[in-house]
Amino acid sequence: MALMYTDPFDALFHLQQALDSFRTSDWLETSLSGVGSYPPLNAFRKGDDLVIVAEVPGVRKEDIALEIKDNTLRISGTKTISYGEKAALHRRERSAGRFDRAVALPVEVDTEGVKAECRDGILALYLPRSERDKPRSIRIS
Amino acid sequence: MAGQQALDVREKKELVTKEEKTVPARYYVPATDIYETDQALMVVMELPGVDKKDLDLAAENDALRVEGRINLGKYEGLEPLYTEYNVGHFARRFTLSGKIDQGSINAELENGVLTLTLPKAKEAQPRKIAIG
Repeated sequence: MALMYTDPFDALFHLQQALDSFRTSDWLETSLSGVGSYPPLNAFRKGDDLVIVAEVPGVRKEDIALEIKDNTLRISGTKTISYGEKAALHRRERSAGRFDRAVALPVEVDTEGVKAECRDGILALYLPRSERDKPRSIRIS
Repeated sequence: MAGQQALDVREKKELVTKEEKTVPARYYVPATDIYETDQALMVVMELPGVDKKDLDLAAENDALRVEGRINLGKYEGLEPLYTEYNVGHFARRFTLSGKIDQGSINAELENGVLTLTLPKAKEAQPRKIAIG
């Protein structure tokens, strides 16, 4: 079931419910650095392909390194926060530092066709499933 | 060095308010840093996924209200397989002290981070006192 949003009032609610119900999914359980590593990831299926989305507010595009080998995806980088000189801190909720996360994808992807974009603090990766890995339908003769 | 510290994941905080929303969806509280320089009070908040046009800022009656909406259209046709965080619009409200020059608040949105510069009113800025 792909997500469809026709009713603007219920759309977000349904999306939140759908996302909640996959919080316990074990799809990425065998990963090298799985749950609890930065950045938190959401994985989606779009047709045959995969879409991985992460929230990385305040991280510049140049500060993110993406690597993919076989079916291991690595996302690393640094997030920096600068308060400038002579600043008195009143409230501090954001955090900075380096991150390095590797996840093993349970499907084979076409590494040449991977696309990534980072906009408004959201990193999105489009991972096309390799032709070899796609299921083939078998005709009964 | 602070920059070498490993980043850990912080669970997004859900918005709980006295005013209730008429829609069932959840809102989140953006992580915010507030600091002060000689000239201004700086409010920096994380609003991942919020475009400039979907951001509402209002300063009225000594309150600063920020509301950022995410674009649901981006999730169209996507089928969740595995999720670690939820998404939602962001909202937060701050009470401003009278020492802020409310007419000249400046806002900038970059990489999902909103930086608000709230200039201090003239009388609130530190004055150097010369020893005569």
